Amino acid sequence: MGPEYFSELISRLADGFVVTLQLLGWSLLFSTIIGTALGAMRVSPLAPLRAFGTAYVNIFRNTPLVVLFLIVVVGLPGIGFLPSFFWRAVMALSLYTAAFVCECVRSGVNTVEAGQAEAARSIGMDFGQSLRFVVLPQAFRAVIPPLASVYIALTKNTSVAAVFGITEATYQLSNLIRDFPGSLWVNFIGIALGYILIVAVISAIANMFERRVGVAA
Amino acid sequence: MSTVLFDTPGPRALARQRIYTVITAVVLGALLAAALWQLWTKEMITPDQWVAFTEPRILVALLEELVVATLAGAAVAIVLAVAFGAVFAAGRLADPAWIRLPCWAVIEFFRAVPLLLMIYVLFYGFGSTLGTFWSLVLALMLYNGSVLAEIFRAGIQAVPKGQSEAAYAIGMTKSQVLVQILAPQALRSMLPAIISQCVVALKDTTLGFAIGASGIVDVGERIYLARVYDNPFAVGIVLAAVFIVINYSLSRLAVYLESRMRQQGTQAVHVNEAEEAQPA
Repeated sequence: MGPEYFSELISRLADGFVVTLQLLGWSLLFSTIIGTALGAMRVSPLAPLRAFGTAYVNIFRNTPLVVLFLIVVVGLPGIGFLPSFFWRAVMALSLYTAAFVCECVRSGVNTVEAGQAEAARSIGMDFGQSLRFVVLPQAFRAVIPPLASVYIALTKNTSVAAVFGITEATYQLSNLIRDFPGSLWVNFIGIALGYILIVAVISAIANMFERRVGVAA
Repeated sequence: MSTVLFDTPGPRALARQRIYTVITAVVLGALLAAALWQLWTKEMITPDQWVAFTEPRILVALLEELVVATLAGAAVAIVLAVAFGAVFAAGRLADPAWIRLPCWAVIEFFRAVPLLLMIYVLFYGFGSTLGTFWSLVLALMLYNGSVLAEIFRAGIQAVPKGQSEAAYAIGMTKSQVLVQILAPQALRSMLPAIISQCVVALKDTTLGFAIGASGIVDVGERIYLARVYDNPFAVGIVLAAVFIVINYSLSRLAVYLESRMRQQGTQAVHVNEAEEAQPA
């Protein structure tokens, strides 16, 4: 393995992880928005919204991500839904991860003491206000560690996009060993270290947030 | 469900809620109907899309792959993962640093690396001897085993301290205490967590699709690629439905076991909600 290989390895890993980080960033954003909305539905007083939230979580949590990719990436174009491959992958990842974010939000809401919501009501806040100003901010503090685990899982799940031909980090493995036979283990270590680095950064950010705003369990 | 957020409604709130309930039901129903109508007019859910699933030979093939590849793969992987997890959890709890640290490193490594990457590496590295089935199963073992090792460790550390103290007091060695006193008690409390991990393994077997392992996703692909059917959407729905039914039942079983334990006063070990999120 000469210097030529190593420069190629570095540049392809960089390319791959740029795509991985893009997938991660957008899906993290969308899944958090969708998941929080679903979480709010699951604790709302209206039965149809609760039923919708429950159905969503049970459907998306129990479907394998590969199958969800199949539906969104291969199936949906049939109805003329044709954003690029990348955005369809983001959609599948976001819809899937939203179910787990929703469960985090819901369990977080359940950790908030009843007295907090009662106090909010007693000063005249309605459901939406007490959720926005009193309950959700505290719930988010309680769910920093599980939410971090969801985002770490999402990081690793972005690799599933490789199965459908998106050239993110994991895809680079087959790419590299095709062009440089015998380089399997070096490639593997390189890619693995990249993921470990991302996971470490997410953990570090979560720890920082927890120290600042976290509540003792 | 949580009642933290709202009081028991009075008559006026009840009347108002009833109106909102009707409105949200109508809106959600309309959205659902619009989506279905869209799928119908684009011929994604019309009767001809489902014809494939009325053919006995296709149903038999699906069932066969479900049992032989998906369920068997997940079952073998879980059994191996439990063994792997037990060994590495014991290693993590061992006193000498030269056992503890390598075990810690192995567990952390396999939890941080995407499962798909492990599957590819095992397949490209040893695929000629392992074949697709074992490449997949061993990768599943490494990942789920590492997750289980952490669950086992938590379970063992959750056994009341008096148990091990009493065992030491009658002169048992550390490994005797672990195997004869702590492990049996911990195992019971970990059953729900192990079942939840089965759900994860079951979902993850579909990743075998990436290395061309047989499985129901593979059968599904062959169905929708066939020009006579050309129905990827319908195939996706059927595959999803199969997994939802199996996994939902397993989740209910875990919840049931956990509630029964709570009645008996045994604390169940919680799987991190997020661990379930992971195929990879």
